[in-house]
This record gives sequence, C-alpha cells and structure tokens, in this order.
Amino acid sequence: MDFFERFAVPHPSFLIYASMVGIGLTMIAIVIGITYFKKWGYLWSEWLTTVDHKRIGIMYLLSALLMLFRGGVDAIMMRSQLALPDNTLLDSQHYNEIFTTHGVVMILFMAMPFIMFFFNFIVPLQIGARDVAFPRLNAISFWLFFMGMGLFNLSFIIGGSPDAGWTSYFPLAGNEFSSSVGTNYYMIAIQIAGIGTLLTGINFMTTILKMRAPGMTLMKMPMFTWSAFIANVIIVFAFPVLTVALAMGTMDRLFGTNFFTTVNGGMDMLWANLFWVWGHPEVYILILPAFGLYSEIISTFAKRNLYGYKSMVASMVLISLLSFFVWAHHFFTMGQGALTNSIFSITTMAIAVPTGVKIFNWLFTLWKGKIEFTTPMLYSMLFIPLFTLGGVTGVMLAMSAADYQYHNTMFLVAHFHNVIIPGVVYAMLAGLTYYWPKLFGFMLNEKLGKWTAWVLSIGFVLAFIPMYITGLDGQARRMYTYSESTGFGLLNMVSFVGAAIMAVGFVLLVYNIYYSTRYASRDISNDPWDARSLEWATHTPVPEYNFAITPQVNTTQPFWDSKKNGHQLFKGKIEKIHMPNNSGLPFIMGCFFFVFGFAMVFSMWPLVIIGLIGILACLAYRSFEKDHGRYISVEEIEETETKLRGAKQ
Amino acid sequence: MKMKWALFTMLLALGSVLSGCEPLLVLDPKGPQAKTQADDIMLSIWIMSAIVIAVFAILIFMLMKYRASKQSKDYEPPHIEGNAIVEAICVGIPVIIVIFLSILSVKSNYEVEATPAGYEDQEPLVIYASSSNWKWHFSYPEENIETVNYLYIPANRPIEFKLYSFGPITSFWIPQLGGQKYAMSDMVTTLHLAADVEGEFDGRNANFSGEGFAKNTFQVTSMSQADFDDWVKEVHETAKPITEETFDKLLEPGHLGRSTYTGTHLEFSPAPEHNHGSQDSNTEESEHQHHDSNHTDEESNHHSNH
Amino acid sequence: MKVDNSLPLEYSTEENSLKILGFWIFLGAEIMLFATLFASYFTLVNRTGNGPTGAEIFEITPVLIETILLLTSSFTIGLGIHAMRIGNKKATMAFFFITLLLGAGFLGFEIFEFVHYVHVGATLQTSAFTAILLTTLGTHGLHVTFGFFWGLFILLQIKKRGLTRETANKSFIFSLYWHFLDVVWIFIFSFIYLKGMM
Repeated sequence: MDFFERFAVPHPSFLIYASMVGIGLTMIAIVIGITYFKKWGYLWSEWLTTVDHKRIGIMYLLSALLMLFRGGVDAIMMRSQLALPDNTLLDSQHYNEIFTTHGVVMILFMAMPFIMFFFNFIVPLQIGARDVAFPRLNAISFWLFFMGMGLFNLSFIIGGSPDAGWTSYFPLAGNEFSSSVGTNYYMIAIQIAGIGTLLTGINFMTTILKMRAPGMTLMKMPMFTWSAFIANVIIVFAFPVLTVALAMGTMDRLFGTNFFTTVNGGMDMLWANLFWVWGHPEVYILILPAFGLYSEIISTFAKRNLYGYKSMVASMVLISLLSFFVWAHHFFTMGQGALTNSIFSITTMAIAVPTGVKIFNWLFTLWKGKIEFTTPMLYSMLFIPLFTLGGVTGVMLAMSAADYQYHNTMFLVAHFHNVIIPGVVYAMLAGLTYYWPKLFGFMLNEKLGKWTAWVLSIGFVLAFIPMYITGLDGQARRMYTYSESTGFGLLNMVSFVGAAIMAVGFVLLVYNIYYSTRYASRDISNDPWDARSLEWATHTPVPEYNFAITPQVNTTQPFWDSKKNGHQLFKGKIEKIHMPNNSGLPFIMGCFFFVFGFAMVFSMWPLVIIGLIGILACLAYRSFEKDHGRYISVEEIEETETKLRGAKQ
Repeated sequence: MKMKWALFTMLLALGSVLSGCEPLLVLDPKGPQAKTQADDIMLSIWIMSAIVIAVFAILIFMLMKYRASKQSKDYEPPHIEGNAIVEAICVGIPVIIVIFLSILSVKSNYEVEATPAGYEDQEPLVIYASSSNWKWHFSYPEENIETVNYLYIPANRPIEFKLYSFGPITSFWIPQLGGQKYAMSDMVTTLHLAADVEGEFDGRNANFSGEGFAKNTFQVTSMSQADFDDWVKEVHETAKPITEETFDKLLEPGHLGRSTYTGTHLEFSPAPEHNHGSQDSNTEESEHQHHDSNHTDEESNHHSNH
Repeated sequence: MKVDNSLPLEYSTEENSLKILGFWIFLGAEIMLFATLFASYFTLVNRTGNGPTGAEIFEITPVLIETILLLTSSFTIGLGIHAMRIGNKKATMAFFFITLLLGAGFLGFEIFEFVHYVHVGATLQTSAFTAILLTTLGTHGLHVTFGFFWGLFILLQIKKRGLTRETANKSFIFSLYWHFLDVVWIFIFSFIYLKGMM
C-alpha cells in the first residue's frame, strides 16, 4: 500500500483535482485529434526526429509559451492570495508549492527555452551557416530539456510539487523537513534539463567559433551572436556546478548521504554556495541574449548602426567574468564577516559599470537616428527606463550593510522582477514580434502589439513598484499571509490589480497571434523591417539549407551594406549542399531519460536500471552507427529558390 | 509619451512615500544599526534617483528629437562608430559613483558588524536566540532565564545576539533595530543590536522555513534597565525551570504562544559553537582568527571557480 | 564533404575538426565539474562527524598501483595515437587493447579500495567527508568505466572498418578524454590521498 501512496498528491485540494481532470482531458483530446487527422507520421518524421535548428527552435518556443502560461497562473494565484490580509484562498502548503514552481518554471522552463529558441533560430542564420555544429546533439539538448520540463510538471499531479522554494535551501529541502517526493522532482528534472542546456552551450560555442561565413571575423559578428556566444560560454562553465550540486542533493535525499544535512558533518550553506555559484551566472545567461536582441532591434528601428560596438562587446565579456565572482551577495546575512561582505559588495556594484555602458550605448544609438515606433521598438524603449529602475535598485541591494534590511523581503522580489521582466521577458516578446515574419511568413498585428506592450507595462508598474515599499515596511517574501495590523493590505491589493492587468496583456498577446494568423497578409517581403543582418537576407520561410550560396561578409552589418552600399553578398554559383539526416535517436534517448528520472523520483530501482540501460544503449548505438548525411542536389536547390519569392541577389 | 510621465510621477510618489509621509519600518530606525542602514538606504535612493532621472531625460530627448515623423523623408542617419571621449564619460561617471558607494558600503559593513556606535564602553547583554519550527527561543545565560516568542531587552545597552537554529535556516530580523542575520544549525552567528528608545518592536524570521513560516514572529519590548531588572527578578520568582523534557516538547513543530522559564536550554543542549569546520567559533578571543579562516575559505572558492 | 589531405587524418574534414573543438569545450565543462567536486571536498574534508578521517582509512598500496596503471595507460594511448597517425592499424589496435586492459586494472583496484572503505566503516552515509570522498573518487571512476566501454567500441570499429577519417577522429577524441582523466587522477592523488595521509 505504501508503494502506491507515494504517487498520491499529499495535500490535495479541489483546484489540483480540477487541474488533473483538465490536463487529462487535454491530453486525450490531443491524442484523439492527432489520430483523427492522421498526423502521427507527420509528427514523427517532421518534428520528433528533426535535427533542423529552425524546427528545434520552434519546439523550444512552443514549450516556452506553454510554460509562460503555467508560471503565469502560479503568479496570479499568489497575488490573489496576498491581495487581502488573512486571506484563505490558498493554505500555506499550496502557497509554498506555488511560489516554488513559479520560480523554477519561469527561470528554467520558460526563460531558458525562450532564449534557446532565439539561439537556435537566429544564430546559424545570422552567421550564414547551414545548421549548428552538431545538429544531432542539438536535438538531444532539446529532448533532454523537454523531458526535464515534462517531469517537473508531472510533480503537480503525481506525488506532489516541490515546496522548498526555487532555491531549495537545505536542510529545509532535505528528507527531514520535506518528506514528499516534490524535491526529488526538483533535483532530477532540473538535472536532466540542465544536461541538455550544457550540451547546447558546447554546441553553440563550437558553431559560433567555427562556422561563421567567410569574412565574418569575431569583431564583425552581429551583437546578438556575440551575446549568444558569451551566454554559451557562461553555460559551459556554470552548469557543471549545478550538476554537482543537484547530484549531491539527490544523494542526500535518496541515498542518505550527509552533504547538506544537520548531522554527521553536513553543511547546509554549501548548497547555498554551489547553487548561487551557478545561479548568479544563470541570470546573466538570460539577460545577455536579451541585451543582444535589444541591440539588434534598436539599431534596426533607429535606422543606424549600433553605437560603440567594441564597448558593447567588452562590457559583455566583463559582465560574464564578474558574474562568477558575486555569488555570495545572495547571502550577505550568512555571517561571513565584514571583509567577505565588502569584497562581494564591491564586485557586485562593479557590474553596474559595464551594464551602464550598454544603456548609454543604446541611448546613443538613437542619437541622429530616424526612430520608427514599431512594436519591437516600443518594447525596447519601455525596457530602457524600467530596466534602469531595476538596475539601480540592484546597486542598492549590493550595499551589503543595507542588504541586511532588504534581504528576504519584497524589496528583493521587486528588484529581480524589475530586471527580469523588462530585461528578459520584454526582450523575448520584442524578439518574437520582430522575428515572427521570418518564422511564419506573416507579421503580428502592430496595433494589438503596441496595446500589449502598454498594458503589460502599466500592469508591471502597478504590480511591482508597491513591493519596493512593502519590502521596506518589513514584508518578508514567501509569506503566504499577513495580518491586517501590518498595513500591507492596500499595496498588495494594488499589486494584485497590476498582476491582473499583466494577465490581460498576455491574453492580448495570444489574441494577437490568433488574429494575425487568420487575417494578416501573407504577401510580405523577406525583409519587412528593413533590417541589417544576414538572417533577413534569406527567404521567408527559410529553406532548410538556409542560404543557397554562403554569404560573404565585410562589416558588422553585411545585409545593410548589400542594400545601400553595393556590397555583393552572394558570389559564385549554387553547389550541392550536405545536410544531416533526421534521427529518432534523440527522442528515444529523451524518453529513456524520462523513465530514468521518474523512476529515480520514486526510488523504483529496477525501472531506474532499465532507463539507464536504455540511455547507454542509445549511446552505444550512436557509436556504431554509420550516418554520413545526405546531399541536396543543385536542381533541387534551384527549384526551391525559384519557388520562393525574391530569390535572386 | 504619456506613459513616461506616468512612470515619472510614480517614481516621485515612491520618493515622497519613502521620505516620510508614513514612516516605513526600515526607514524608522530605533537603534544605531538600523540608523546606519536607513541612512545608507536613503542616500543611495537619492543618488540612484539622479541616475534614473538622467537616463529618463536622455531617453525622452532622443525619442522627441529623432523620431522618424519629425524628419524629412530622405534623411539618412549617419554611420557613427563611437567616440572615445563620450564612452570614457559613460564609464567614468558610473565608476565614480560605484567607488563612492563602495567606500560607504565597506564603512557601514564594519559598523554593523561591531558593537553599535556610542555603546562601545558598555558591557553587552548576551542573548542566545535560537529558532525551531516555527518559534524563537531566547536564552539569557547571565540572567539564567529563557523565553519563547518574546524578547525583553534593556534600552540604551548593546545587545549581542548569538543565533542558531534547530532546523531549517532562519533569519533573525527586527527591522527597527537593524538588519537580519541567518540562524543555522551547525554554527553560531553574531548580530550586534541596540535600542535607543523604549518601546515595542516587531521581529520575525525572514527566511522561508516551511509551512509555519508566515507566523514565525516574535515581539520585542525595550525597557529601562531598572524595569528589565525587575522583570528578571519577577521571572525568577514565578516561572518554572526549563527541563530537557519541556524543551523537547517546545521543539516539536508548530506554533506556540509566549512562555517563560528559569534556567536556559544551553545547559543540556549547548549551542553548536565548536563544531567541525572553519566557520564556527565566534567568541571574542577568536574573532580575529575567524575572519582569517573565512578569508582563506573564500580564496579557495575563488580559485576553484575560475 | 570537403577533405583536406594536408591535415592529419583525424582533422581531415570540417566535421572532424568541429568535433575536436567541441570536445575540448566539453573538457572545459568537465574541468568545472571536477573543480566543483574538489572545492566541495576541501570544504568538507574536516567535517568527519562520528566517522573516520582520511588519514585513518587511506592505504598507500592500492592507490599507488592505481596511479601507476592509469599513468601507464595514458602513455599507451599516446602511443596508440602515434601508431594511428602513421597508419599502422595493428599497432593502434594493440595499444588501444593495452590501454583498456590497464584501465580495467585500475577499475579493479578501485573497486577493491571501495570495498576496503566500506569494511572499515567509511560508507557513503557515514559523514559529509566520506560522502564527498566517495563521490569525487566515484565520479572519476564512473568516467573511467564509461571510457572503457567507449574505447572498446572504438577498438571494435577500427578492427571492422580500419583507420578511416571517422575512426581516426574518434580515436583522437578518445585519447583526449583519457589523458584528461589521467590529469584529474593526478590531482586526486596529490590533493586527496597524499594531503590526506600527511
């Protein structure tokens, strides 16, 4: 009996049961739908087995949007609970589970796949490559991420969600204080997704180092590619730390080791240190590509080249280095003494300098420009003031003595949402709107897009600015309720209203996608924004080989030069193109990882061994496999080129 | 453009709230440590507001002057690589601000980590504050008293809190007296506070510690030394002694009201002062050594994370 | 597929050189992995709880034998790659075989060592120190085990397919991996065993 009891949700409520039924029905509907329309074969051969960077990118995008919805629902529930003092909408346990999953989902399963989408879709196009360096590995990365995501979300309906916060500090996350399997899910799901991310890092570093178009030196790379490169360097050096930390946490929970326990020499703060040695670089993994996107967008719509290219690159390199030396600012209050705190306080504040340089460079990019207010540009122009606000509060938090008062309060919550939402989320939405025509061959509605940006911003200001105030008034974060006498009620209600307005903004985004899909004109050029970099030099939709002829690069904005300065982008004649074959192996291996992970969560050792053997068998199969890829013939390329409009350059 | 002004007014509103229409706890200090922190916070808010206003102003200027609708159709924006002087200014001003704030930050660090300013010549009152799910236990070893969930302290006397935990990491926080510090199960941390005035203050655990976290609070009463002495005397006359058995009961997870005992649990369940590892000893004599060992720890961490 | 015959066989195609660079980057990540384990080891080395210290359980003999076996195997894989470069299939296979044999010997002694630890009461659950010790050694050991099978597969492929651009590329990358494990072992030997026994 004990065996089956573990699968039940330990703290069920009507909401959870209703969601279970909802999720179950949706799954059944999807399966029936695919069967009815006879799409299983299409799904397998075109998507599940694909190694095409563009399709993998789109799958990342779909995952990210799905998770944005899930994390958003979590957020709304939290704000509803806190809207009134002594509210009883949620009890403590549910609130704890919700803020834990909100954090994990938004950072690891929403923001990460969203930037992975941009890496995948844009980087190879921007550097004029046919695909990434290791297409098969890229598919493995995606499926590991996807299975990790699936496993983490499964916790909601089988066994119970993790409830120790997204930082999962021990000993709270240990067996003694978190006895349900929730934290097992946390440790193992993030581990699987994390391995996928690490492989992406290796893949894109190699791609950017080795596969740039002729003439594109490092200092002629587009700014987004630069930011992607640096983010991937950070991934390669930061994620192994997480791997070790999660492995140790898993062993503490499943094998009874004493790394982070309170007995036999265990050290709880070791987890916090390892977590943040990964965790702080992680936020720069998210924000740097966002900066890259803003650089592309601002330069495109200011109709000017990016101001201070070299200092932009230098500041990103500096940020990436500093990001590894600031982790202790997440626990200034640990009692490590004034000297340590002073060192970390200074390194943290130092990050403000290169970040400030970037802000000024964007501002000077506008200078003498010819600014067009499109939706992506609107997001970017809202980003600058809002992000500056978040940035300066970061400097305030970096002052360690004052941080004793900010730490663990709503002030901190306000700060990191204030950098992540205008910094990362706006960049993702701006980038999505910007690249939408390249992805799908039509543009999103501009009017609805601008409405979305304004609604989100009004909601954002209402939702998060009050938190700065309640934080200074002593409201600790992660409290599921507060009494009326604290006086937090009014401002929390304002926050709730803001969150609700943001929700309306996201609904508008979905409606925009629906509306534009139905009504937008399909008759658009390959370059609807009059842009500057190589991804706009190929067709819409992008053929699987990206460019019929590898482009020649002379400056940081080759496509602009080809339009304005007579630079010849495509020289020579079409030759046959070597492409990788599709493979089902990455998906199958992902499934074995899922089985392995699920079995680990519930300590079902025979199934763990089966999963492990499956994974190893896939690796062995790959070792012996002979796969030399295939060639696309010249005739076939020419046919595709004529079919797509505006083919000749 | 309306939105920009809306944002700007929001900021002004924020500023006016902060500057005292209704004092926020953190900005209404009742002790020297909280005063240092509140002063730092206000000063940084003013400096940061200046930066924010500068960025807003430049942005608004750029957007007003260089929008496409204000320019002739055939205007072609020039190609500008960047300018060494402009970029040097963009680096220079932030560097100066950061240096200034760093000096301030380091100075305040040493202040909040030492006996509160103005109280150096007084013997501090040592109180062991330990947390368990989801309560606070206060042991007064000199007075030989233990309380649960409430804290009586003499005003105008430095207090040295020795913090540790019987469970998850917690964070001891009395906003009006000073910032927080972690209480952990394998080491003792020290927090120096003092109250300049008599009165009642709220205190709480600020670090998430599970189901009962939201209500993991305590009340602090600051009183004159004479009243404090009277209270100690009264406790010794009326309260029951704490035994291992009663203490184990107190440790069970849950919420409790206030209670008072004579004796302290330190007698049978001492604080984890001399545990293994480098970060434990916090006694006055080894303070120096403590910093050193900490430093080397940090160094090794640094090297390994290159 | 462009083939550049002026380069060594393992670098001769673009794909091959991509794979070698990618693997170097992977080794960068591996360095971070082991660096984190070492940092954790040094943090926890004195936190022995009620369990034994390093000095009480370390035995020099098996450790020395393991060291000699692994160092020698690193030398033989180097010879194997040299043989591969001059196109001597038989010698390549022989050196690969010896390398794997030495690797298996290393693993045998490591298992023996672990059994010894369990017998003297230093299990994974004993203390934070034993846990991080066994985890660090175990992670290296798992890498060697993985490498053993990987090398075996490559050996079989060389036997079946000869020294092609692909098998040469695989062999070369495998040799990088194997050398890397050797370097990690030198750190383990110096900073865990020798430092612990002093």
